[in-house]
Amino acid sequence: MNRKKIYPTWFAAGALLLYSVLFVLPGVIGIGYSFTDWSSYSDRLKFVGLENFRTVFSADGNYLKIMKNTLVFTLGTTVIKNILGLALAVLLTKSIRLLNFHRGVMFMPSVLSTLILGMIFTSILNPSTGLLNTFFRGIGLGGLAKPWLTSPVYAFKSVMAVDIWRGTGYIMTILIAGILSISSDYYEACSIDGASGWQKFRFITLPLLLPTLATTTVLNVIYGLKVFDMIYALTNGGPGKATTEVLYTAVFKKFGTGQYAIGTALSSVMFLFMVFIGFFMIRLMTKDEVQE
Amino acid sequence: MKAKKKAAAAAVNAAAWLITAICLVPMLLILLNSFKDSLGASEMNLKFPALPMQWNNFLVVIEKGKLLTSFMNSCIYSVVSVFLCTVLASMASYVFSRNRSRLNRFLYLYMVLGITMPVNYVALTKVMMFLTLNNTRLGIVLLYTAMQLPFSVFLIHGFVAKLPAELDEAAVIDGCSPVRLFVSVILPLLKPAVATVIVLTFLNTWNEFVSPLYFLSSSSKWPMTLSVYNFFGMYFKDWNLVCADILLTSLPVILVYLLGQKYIVSGMTAGAVKG
Repeated sequence: MNRKKIYPTWFAAGALLLYSVLFVLPGVIGIGYSFTDWSSYSDRLKFVGLENFRTVFSADGNYLKIMKNTLVFTLGTTVIKNILGLALAVLLTKSIRLLNFHRGVMFMPSVLSTLILGMIFTSILNPSTGLLNTFFRGIGLGGLAKPWLTSPVYAFKSVMAVDIWRGTGYIMTILIAGILSISSDYYEACSIDGASGWQKFRFITLPLLLPTLATTTVLNVIYGLKVFDMIYALTNGGPGKATTEVLYTAVFKKFGTGQYAIGTALSSVMFLFMVFIGFFMIRLMTKDEVQE
Repeated sequence: MKAKKKAAAAAVNAAAWLITAICLVPMLLILLNSFKDSLGASEMNLKFPALPMQWNNFLVVIEKGKLLTSFMNSCIYSVVSVFLCTVLASMASYVFSRNRSRLNRFLYLYMVLGITMPVNYVALTKVMMFLTLNNTRLGIVLLYTAMQLPFSVFLIHGFVAKLPAELDEAAVIDGCSPVRLFVSVILPLLKPAVATVIVLTFLNTWNEFVSPLYFLSSSSKWPMTLSVYNFFGMYFKDWNLVCADILLTSLPVILVYLLGQKYIVSGMTAGAVKG
């Protein structure tokens, strides 16, 4: 049969058009604009070569720090979320009462708006009236009460901690599905051989879960590099000079001040970096897909 | 031995409850404080609201925060983009999956690449202005759709591959046109995948807040997330009102989550777990 006739390519036209015009095109022309002096003050665009990139990668500006922040945020939250998520997934595949209730509640932060969660945590982490510090004082550990979001020492760690609180349930859910797909035969055989609980985890669960862990890592890295809402709501890049500034919040600030060229140059750096990561991710996600 | 097992089981249950509590506290905080008066909520603690409960907070918020307008906006944005995304994604992924020519294979990968790609919002303003979509409801809807397409295509593509191609052959022999084949034979079978796409797209678009931040200057077009954030900026001293606003904004999401949990989990774990 003629596949082209039964499965007409125009079926895909709508999706391709929208995606290309509103998603890919800005990314591509954005690279072009990063070689100009585009801003809200100039009517005419002038070609300035690599100047914007020179600014972005110069040691004087905050940009290198912003990129470093983005990477630290991404790596830190990815590693901790994976470890905690794995621990929770193992915990919640044991025989526990109200198992689905626990799973449901732990997953819930992942479906709520990140922006709103950020707003809630500005209250919880408030130095004087916040729930966390009130709790510490209440149990006699007043020394632990810190200015979480307002001191440069703690702000970045606090932001990461809130994001870990938000995202661990998601990782846990994926890992639970991974653990449940492991055949119980392995565990039975292991029990007969007299393996301890730890040995079962170390020699069966962990190795068989590696592909799933690879995916959760990739998903987390994608999320972390693009993080915006959480930081915008919690600290908006502060306190002080770019303490918690990441790429997307920096781009938004450049947009607000009309420095479009720098904004699009920063976006383009990210665009190229993530398209590069994307190739690896796609290979990971599509490698086992069923072929007819 | 038995006592030891019992102790272990108790410890495991206690650990689960502890973590559940840590996840619940922030939400409980919002719930309790939305029923307090301004003074009571200023401490933002977990004490039970003093009687009488301040149901009035919700009315105040709906009026002052213009929640009805933003609720309608959010509904329009989510419902229309869910519809567009579902239709376009299922049509595209159906063709990509069934006819694996070189071109289609490439187009599929090109679309899925969007899962990782970041949006260049700054350059996007140029495109939006050129298409006169800036500060329009249509612009936001199309933008949301474009952003949700890559993952939706990925999700449905995997599902179409599992449907036997013999179905199509039988239908074609019976004289089915391509459109009819898709609408009457394939689409009904895609129901589980489509349900997942609907639920996930709804949640993502309802929570989305960056595009309106860049592209909607008039507050009458703001979705709920943006208006709640704006409200927070104006009334940050009245946590009772902020909490009431947060609660009302999150309610649809929580409702959809409770009803569609099955689909959310299956969609979010798609591609992550090979069974």
